[in-house]
Amino acid sequence: MGKTLYHKVFDSHTVRILPSGQAQLFIGLHLIHEVTSPQAFAMLRDRHTKVLHPERTMATVDHVVPTEDQSRPYQDSLAEEMMAAIEKNAKENGIRLYTPGTGKQGVVHIVAPERGLTQPGMTVACGDSHTATHGAFGAIAFGIGTSQVRDVLATQTLAMSRLKVRRVEVNGKLQTGVFAKDVILHILRKLTAKGGVGYAYEFAGTTFEAMSMEERMTVCNMAIEGGARCGYINPDQVTFDYIKGREFAPKGADWEKAVAYWKSVASDADAVYDDVVKFDAAAIEPTVTWGISPDHGAGVSEAVPAAESFPEAERGNIREAYAYMDVQPGTPIAGTKIDVAFIGSCTNGRISDFREAAKVVKAHGGKVASHVKAIVVPGSEPVKVACEAEGLDKVFIEAGFQWRQAGCSMCLAMNPDKLVGRQVSASSSNRNFKGRQGSPSGRTLLMSPAMVALAALEGQVSDVRTVLK
Amino acid sequence: MSKIQTVSGRVVPVRGADIDTDRIIPARFLRCVTFEGLGAHAFEDDRLQEKREGKVHPFDQERFQGAKVLVGNQNFGCGSSREHAPQALYRWGVRAIVAVSYSEIFYGNSVAIGMPCVHVSLEDSQELQTLVEADPSLEVTVDLEANQVRVGAKVFAASMPAGARGQFLEGTWDAMSALISGLPEVEALAKTLPYLNWA
Repeated sequence: MGKTLYHKVFDSHTVRILPSGQAQLFIGLHLIHEVTSPQAFAMLRDRHTKVLHPERTMATVDHVVPTEDQSRPYQDSLAEEMMAAIEKNAKENGIRLYTPGTGKQGVVHIVAPERGLTQPGMTVACGDSHTATHGAFGAIAFGIGTSQVRDVLATQTLAMSRLKVRRVEVNGKLQTGVFAKDVILHILRKLTAKGGVGYAYEFAGTTFEAMSMEERMTVCNMAIEGGARCGYINPDQVTFDYIKGREFAPKGADWEKAVAYWKSVASDADAVYDDVVKFDAAAIEPTVTWGISPDHGAGVSEAVPAAESFPEAERGNIREAYAYMDVQPGTPIAGTKIDVAFIGSCTNGRISDFREAAKVVKAHGGKVASHVKAIVVPGSEPVKVACEAEGLDKVFIEAGFQWRQAGCSMCLAMNPDKLVGRQVSASSSNRNFKGRQGSPSGRTLLMSPAMVALAALEGQVSDVRTVLK
Repeated sequence: MSKIQTVSGRVVPVRGADIDTDRIIPARFLRCVTFEGLGAHAFEDDRLQEKREGKVHPFDQERFQGAKVLVGNQNFGCGSSREHAPQALYRWGVRAIVAVSYSEIFYGNSVAIGMPCVHVSLEDSQELQTLVEADPSLEVTVDLEANQVRVGAKVFAASMPAGARGQFLEGTWDAMSALISGLPEVEALAKTLPYLNWA
């Protein structure tokens, strides 16, 4: 009987079974950032414990980093205190840290793949739920809390329970104007925000096979929005080609050994899954959320769904979403007015995302609608440099978008980039929770970067297929 | 680490599915280097929203102050991995949670700080909420040993994964000590992982 990648990697990283029945799982790559790590270092100090393998942890700063004025000290003294803490903790413990100006800083889930640190067959942990992103490489990657960050720092291991594995298969060719983001929003809508609790999602099928690594990262990034703590795609030639030549990629004779290992961890053809679901790529439209959970999505040609179309137990939430978003069932998705547009985040902050958005700007030929504030935030310093080398920054600036420095920015608005009042944001990020983008009453519509760009230009949600032909 | 076999106290009901960690503790309160003080900001924006709508959030209602057990519904604590969420609830005074289901990361974070989370059916979670909304003085006992939640003469079946339950009953819910005792085996395993042994 064959095994899945999840089971192979989980087994090869299991140190022993703890008295609780959980596995003591070795963590191959640990990533930290300024928000969820300071308390972990404080806990270590309280217990007089050292970092066991500092070389297996990489640190960067992303959540609180301003995207306009990055001069230190930051105007926000709390953000400055967090920056100072991670700088001190990294220095004292010999941990590699990428801060603004190093040319390598950015959103943690963009930086690690960019450096070649994320590789197939690894376990990856980070105090951030979007760690699922790294599963795109065929790694088992998951978010952890701060006490667990402490555990990894102290022991390079975690107490983890084994998940079930659901194969989420999508086959076929996507329509022009339909992107990886639409695929995952479609999956979430069908499998719900809690359908994946207890599961790892294996994304498989010809649609994912045809995707670039950047697109695969977009998909795996949002596995957590479906309740699945990790999502992954089996490694293949696309994966190996992406890693080759990067700073921390295996070199020389190690490369062949690495590729052989990476191939060996892919799920066997006769692997047994706890569940299998299938979708048809051709049926997926540009998808936009209308509510307060990432599974509240609808095709751009559809309308806000009726509460009656959801199971009884969900309807209270659906009505709460109507009230918060101030939308009525039956209202068309296209035409929803927006006030703010945000392109960026660990979901969609890579070079290909900005290329697609810029393509829409050029095809449309117009300017950002006069009532819309539009910001474009590269996911990392290398992404920013690459965009500027291609002149994408000019495309955005000339059309009236603001071109910013790298960081998490308005995905969760821990820095100065925030919605104000009841503003409606068209956002390429991952969460449309109440208050997520910095205003306690602000509203978020999730969509692909291309759809955000078009919404910025039109001032309302519009179907990107009308400009990308 | 102390054993946690039962948690008894009054209840604060928080109704609704998919209560995410951004709602439990909004991101702006994550601008900190310690968890201290987070209790005051638990559900801050939900509380503000209810105030604007002329309602009062359970965390603001006088009758639920001092509660030790939070009763929620489905997929409680979904979203971000922030341990700040269970830390905020704990620091507000919550010592155990009763709900239908939880996000895995929230669940693990709660176990890590010694706050048991037990599962009950959707109907039972709603009945518990209705009972304490009618009479907030009711004392509830979350009994991990008996796998029950009791209110007066009423008994609700509750469950918890065997591992976490055992850790509370035996007082071994602090994972770090257990993990440290396995360090020699950790180093042995590291030698077997190909990617740690390339040049």
